[in-house]
Amino acid sequence: MMPVILWTDALVFLLLAIAVGFALYAARHEHLRAPWRRVARSRVGMGALVVLTFYVLIGLLDTIHFRLPLPAQATGTPGAAVPRQFAPEVLSVFDYWARPLRERQEKTYSAPFATHLFVKEAITQADGSVVRDYPRLQYGGRHLKDPDQRGWDIFGTALRGLTEGLIVWGLITLQVLWSMAQRRGLALSAVYEEVRASRTELPWRTALGTLAVMLVLGFVAGALALKYHILGTDKVGEDVFFQALKSIRTGLVIGTLTTLVMLPAAVLLGIMAGYFRGWVDDVIQYLYTTLNAIPGVLLIAAAILMLQVYMANNADQFESLVERADLRLLFLCLILGVTSWTGLCRLLRGEALKLREADYVQAGAALGVGHFAILGRHILPNVLHIVMITLVLDFSGLVLAEAVLSYVNIGVDPTMNSWGNMINSARLELARDPVVWWSLAAAFLFMFTLVLAANLFADVVRDAFDPRLRGAR
Amino acid sequence: MSAYILRRLLYAVPILIGVNLLTFVLFFVLNSPDEMARMQLGEKRVTAAAISSWKQERGYDKPLLYNAAAQGLAKVTDTIFFQRSVKLFAFDFGSSDDGRDIGYDISQRMWPSLAIAVPVLLVGLAFNISLALFIVFFRATYLDLGAVVLLVAMMSISGLFYIIGGQFLLSKVFHLVPISGYDTGVEAWKFLILPVIVGAIGGIGSGVRWYRTLFLEEVSKDYVRTARAKGLSERRVLFRHVLGNAMIPILTGVVVVLPLLFMGSLITESFFGIPGLGSYTIDAISNQDFAIVRAMVFLGAVLYILGLLLTDISYTLVDPRVRLQ
Repeated sequence: MMPVILWTDALVFLLLAIAVGFALYAARHEHLRAPWRRVARSRVGMGALVVLTFYVLIGLLDTIHFRLPLPAQATGTPGAAVPRQFAPEVLSVFDYWARPLRERQEKTYSAPFATHLFVKEAITQADGSVVRDYPRLQYGGRHLKDPDQRGWDIFGTALRGLTEGLIVWGLITLQVLWSMAQRRGLALSAVYEEVRASRTELPWRTALGTLAVMLVLGFVAGALALKYHILGTDKVGEDVFFQALKSIRTGLVIGTLTTLVMLPAAVLLGIMAGYFRGWVDDVIQYLYTTLNAIPGVLLIAAAILMLQVYMANNADQFESLVERADLRLLFLCLILGVTSWTGLCRLLRGEALKLREADYVQAGAALGVGHFAILGRHILPNVLHIVMITLVLDFSGLVLAEAVLSYVNIGVDPTMNSWGNMINSARLELARDPVVWWSLAAAFLFMFTLVLAANLFADVVRDAFDPRLRGAR
Repeated sequence: MSAYILRRLLYAVPILIGVNLLTFVLFFVLNSPDEMARMQLGEKRVTAAAISSWKQERGYDKPLLYNAAAQGLAKVTDTIFFQRSVKLFAFDFGSSDDGRDIGYDISQRMWPSLAIAVPVLLVGLAFNISLALFIVFFRATYLDLGAVVLLVAMMSISGLFYIIGGQFLLSKVFHLVPISGYDTGVEAWKFLILPVIVGAIGGIGSGVRWYRTLFLEEVSKDYVRTARAKGLSERRVLFRHVLGNAMIPILTGVVVVLPLLFMGSLITESFFGIPGLGSYTIDAISNQDFAIVRAMVFLGAVLYILGLLLTDISYTLVDPRVRLQ
């Protein structure tokens, strides 16, 4: 197995490292720890966090890429060392894990849980005659001898998934309760009573309840997805459920990396403008007003058009389609960052303007501390909460923006799985009769769940960090 | 006041120059006109003659910044930068890459854009403000809580969903209005209903939430308590005192977007087939017509700056405490 690290993979890992580093830093500083404790105490926050965790886990699994080794080939000279050959296809751990979903490709559209194709075909029957009918699917419901048993089969499979999900949930719950009981030296039943009545300090009941819903849904969907296409198949017969899951990574990458790539510029310029004032302030203000004056969509469109021209003329620089799509995704994050850093920059400038008059900053300056030492030691740590809030608040907007941009064809690469691409390719099918609705429904459903969880979480984070900013947008 | 406006207009000049330079760099320096021609004419098998004639037709065969071959002033004016970028300052947009007059197109397509954007703004404003007042009237009850949850959910739904859902429900299932298209004159109304409804509904989530926080902020102020202590009814307090004072942020928030209404909405217009500036831009993007994109970038920047200026002026008009200098 040969690991492949794409550009966005590397940045996601970097982001992960920063997040862990920040968590360690925050744990040692009370002014950062206290708001997070408030977030953890909020029921809405915990529920949203559990949902987000599921999304993030799938996204992370989909971020570890590798190429499978090809079967060793016999060479002419025995004993000679053969360099291992690797398949050209770049896979992720998620691809490998969900290979039953990925590999079972039908011919074209089929409805959710269908056993037959959505369009008629000429079928040669056993006696040699040809009729036009809906053929059986190659994979969906193949195990059924008689498609009429489908209802019971679905019911049975779902029940099995439900039981499995509940068992896993029970084990996790037991583990949580047991460790709580251990730490506080209480009996298991006492802890159970507390959680059930929601008298615990952290809202464990909400968290475990959400976990139960997510696990049951996941296990039921998983059990059914092995037998059916639970969300149907698209035009080329790919499983829509798989596509929707794959799109999670794209959404998460756009939502997080965009903010990550714009952070250094926004933070540095923002606090410098506020701290130094004078001509530095003028230049930086000019810079962001100019960038802001260009309509965001047009700037993105212009940049993506230019990227397309560049890629068309330098096609040989990209080893594979995946790499090319990945670079386009990164570029999209960059350009989205360019259009969205100005808001944060302005906020930070305002905050730095206030902070520079603070006593401790004045004292530092009077004692001869250098400008950049003051910026790094006194200003930066005190604006971190604004950065934090912006990062969380921007996330959902960016996920939604991806869908719109892909619709205008200036979003991610058309070969990349994303909710925007799913909607874009499915929207014309609404004109068909009967309607092909499942691609759209799946994309909207997955996007809605993620964005709703992110919005709820963002509200909690904002309220916890800065009650004054409540309702800032 | 007029001195202030004049100074602000002068401030706008360097910003517009910056925008112009940026687009110039993006469109002509990072990618040479040769590459654009190759992209437009098909990628691989293009003869050099075809490229140079494509460039000549559109005036892209001139030097970028300085024309050494020309005489006198033409050394500067007979260049791509002057012909294509500097002329934008006089709102001379030139012709698009397929030979149409951009200025004429913009003046024609402006009206359908406005026909959508203005009703969406007005309907949305009226609806959102009344709904927000209603929610604030019932603040700190379960109705308030439920409404907020609903608003967050509505905010989390993609705008594309509202459009596709609206088209599907009203046009395909109930056959109430045409799915898309546009007509001139009064007949246009039936094509406008659906986009306006969809646009208004799509804005409810974030709009009502924003107004709700505005009103809640006002409600907790001292003058409201005084008004209540005087014995005014809650309804009178809300409509006369709270709404009146909250009008300042509402008004300035509206004024800043007013000029940008001209640009139209990219997504709505292209979904509903409305020949406004939004779909003009989208078509230009998908046809890779750089001249139009450049013109729209400049127009957008001008309108944005105009919006900022109008906001500042409107502050002085509605709030006597603000003095411009």
